[in-house]
Amino acid sequence: MAYPAKLRVWRGDTTSGELQDFEVEANEGEVVLDLIHRLQATQTPDLAVRWNCKAGKCGSCSAEVNGRPRLLCMTRMSIFDEDEVITVTPMRTFPVIRDLVTDVSYNYEKAREIPSFTPPEGLEPGEYRMQQVDVERSQEFRKCIECFLCQDTCHVIRDHEENKQSFAGPRYLMRVAELEMHPLDVADRVGDAQDVHGLGYCNITKCCTEVCPEGIHITDNALIPMKERVADRRYDPIVWLGNKIFKRDGA
Amino acid sequence: MTEVERHNYDVVVIGAGGAGLRAVIEARQRGLSVAVVCKSLFGKAHTVMAEGGCAASMGNANSHDNWQVHFRDTMRGGKFLNNWRMAELHAKEAPDRVWELETYGALFDRTADGRISQRNFGGHTYPRLAHVGDRTGLELIRTMQQKIVSLQQEDFTSYGDYEAKLKVFAECTVTELVKEDGRIAGAFGYWRESGRFVLFETPAVVLATGGIGKSFKVTSNSWEYTGDGHALALRAGAGLINMEFVQFHPTGMVWPPSVKGILVTEGVRGDGGVLKNAEGERFMFRYIPDVFKGQYADSEEEADRWYTDQEGNRRTPDLLPRDEVARAINTEVKEGRGSQHGGMFLDIASRLPTEEIRKRLPSMYHQFRELADVDITAEPMEVGPTCHYVMGGIEVDPDTAASAVPGLFAAGECSGGMHGSNRLGGNSLSDLLVFGRRAGLGAAEYVESLDARPSVSDADVTAAAKHALAPFGGPDDGGSEENPYTLHTELQQTMNELVGIIRKADEIEKAIDKLAEIRARIGRVTVEGNRQYNPGWHLAVDLRNMLLVSECVARAALRRTESRGGHTRDDFPQLDAQWRNRLLVCAATGDQPVPAVDVEVKEQLPMRGDLLELFELSELEKYYTEDELAGHPERTA
Repeated sequence: MAYPAKLRVWRGDTTSGELQDFEVEANEGEVVLDLIHRLQATQTPDLAVRWNCKAGKCGSCSAEVNGRPRLLCMTRMSIFDEDEVITVTPMRTFPVIRDLVTDVSYNYEKAREIPSFTPPEGLEPGEYRMQQVDVERSQEFRKCIECFLCQDTCHVIRDHEENKQSFAGPRYLMRVAELEMHPLDVADRVGDAQDVHGLGYCNITKCCTEVCPEGIHITDNALIPMKERVADRRYDPIVWLGNKIFKRDGA
Repeated sequence: MTEVERHNYDVVVIGAGGAGLRAVIEARQRGLSVAVVCKSLFGKAHTVMAEGGCAASMGNANSHDNWQVHFRDTMRGGKFLNNWRMAELHAKEAPDRVWELETYGALFDRTADGRISQRNFGGHTYPRLAHVGDRTGLELIRTMQQKIVSLQQEDFTSYGDYEAKLKVFAECTVTELVKEDGRIAGAFGYWRESGRFVLFETPAVVLATGGIGKSFKVTSNSWEYTGDGHALALRAGAGLINMEFVQFHPTGMVWPPSVKGILVTEGVRGDGGVLKNAEGERFMFRYIPDVFKGQYADSEEEADRWYTDQEGNRRTPDLLPRDEVARAINTEVKEGRGSQHGGMFLDIASRLPTEEIRKRLPSMYHQFRELADVDITAEPMEVGPTCHYVMGGIEVDPDTAASAVPGLFAAGECSGGMHGSNRLGGNSLSDLLVFGRRAGLGAAEYVESLDARPSVSDADVTAAAKHALAPFGGPDDGGSEENPYTLHTELQQTMNELVGIIRKADEIEKAIDKLAEIRARIGRVTVEGNRQYNPGWHLAVDLRNMLLVSECVARAALRRTESRGGHTRDDFPQLDAQWRNRLLVCAATGDQPVPAVDVEVKEQLPMRGDLLELFELSELEKYYTEDELAGHPERTA
């Protein structure tokens, strides 16, 4: 039943900020986002938070709850003790705009650097034929709601601003894998995965997989197979020899 | 003068959901420079919430399907109030629009022979919905988002700048359309992040802002659905039609309270799920209305056979159009056969193997497990009606999506006419694609036809800025301060209780009185803090739009003295043929920030003969007046 929950929320902007303590009513079945909304309606009308669907489908309300990257709308209050202080902070990997809202433009920039889907020439709309078993591999990655929690947790960029330039992050390395595994795509992104998008930085600690609210096996099904493709291309002696002889570029 | 960031574009699209993105793609491919402005981050629009699928008569699952069958289903679903030309274009063009998405990289679920799989849905004669599990909307948004990225990549190659010709203005709210000599000249708004003002100088605006669900307490809609496009169009001088028709989706979550209203896809029923009351009865068999008699199974055995043999059996009444199912649930609950939390039971657990449920309905499995502690593979879901969609919207020309205001176009949920009095599930995603494209094309052709571009006056910009900042200035009449959250809650409560799924004259009148009271208080809404990412201020601005569209809904609902589709009058429970062809047009009068609403009756053009002949006379007789059918070939023959 209803009880006063203890919330500690980071409030501030680009210049400064601090954790502030609040007591907010919590009711049966509620999620952390409900309490943030109640805070807005009753105590802090200008508390900034992003949200949209409140059903775990849009990936807007990403933040960190007790230090763990989570969707606020899918974090139920019932997982905490009633007297526990629940700390809500903005995603650490991205610059703060205000309160729980961060500047996630890094992600949109990375998205633009990956060559788009490229169908075979001459294949007309309506003529596409693919088997379910073949589309399922990429479909798993297309479940991604772009909450950017995997980007937030990835240690390559979490505390290493300097790596952002050369590392696309798990979400966009997975996008490369998705296109590479598309049954009809004809472009080649294997070389770029390593050279442009920084696949080599990933040392498969699976942190991204752990925080994914969609349960996508980012590491096992996207990143490792991409690493294997790079390895096959670069370190297979016969391919290496072939490349030397035929001077194939980009591999 | 007010400090304003200025941009110049050929076309500005407001809203980045399915319709907006498709309009952007079309206008850009015609060579124009395009801005897309959205209140959320790019890729978060409400379209991502669409679950079941996108209706298109590709005939992959049943070769008997074609555009004529789809057209007929759509008209029946809308109880023949639909703009028939829109329904025709929609049915004819939907397959091309879906196939086109595959060329952008979409990956729909497949049939055994490798084509796009199609699923059953309410009101559709054949399996017709292209889908990706139960996350079809996400696939549409992502696909078009990625297509836009690919267009930007082409621009990068040509101009060295991704944003040379196509730019996304995310987290930016448009508060005003600016005109010169009656034509669109620009759009004014603010950046949500900084609160700074922005002006788009443009001869053409495409509204694709979605719906109005946030005016209701129990809704499947996100916060963005505040009727912005509806209100902007009204204030710019365009008319809204069909605003009394609001769709309550029969299956929203009912428990726990914090998730009340969140959608449970119709795909659950399409894939075999059935509705039961607290007594375990499959009650829908008792609710087949006269107009659909003969088209639906009247026994459980036939209904169950239909899933595997559609030629020899009639479909289950669990898949009647949404308005029928929502009313049935409402009645069952009212008569005391509801679940513990005031809903009905939706059972898929006893109908499909666990693995199959998790494969076909992964989001539903996840949603119930995470938010309600319910395992849908083992227990039934508790469901009840939730405000889901507004059939009403901006009146547009079917072919070009142009509104009555030169330079103003509209597509998707914020436009009206296509779905008549009730939308079929799956017809929204196809609507977005078909009319999003047409709006982009219509806007492009309009811009190309102009000799000179209208300009924005400084006075209009100053007025728009003043209007946007009003909530920081305190009460306009010296009265006591109002909290926007409180006022919003009162508005939602009013609409939900008094102009909700079942309506009565005295209740609607009460709602109109309450709305008048809210109107008197809205000028006193006062917000704290500064302009930087301030949700209290954002709500105060959106609240005016919600109030304006709520007035349209209430006033039109009071005028229509019959029950049809998404408008049910307890005091006029029957379909009235005299009302079938009559539209209620809402217009704004006066120039106050929230103008008054005027409602007028307007007759629709009669349906073209070749389309009318697609229906049996006996079916038309259920909807049309005797006079209207006098010239029907079967009568004159």
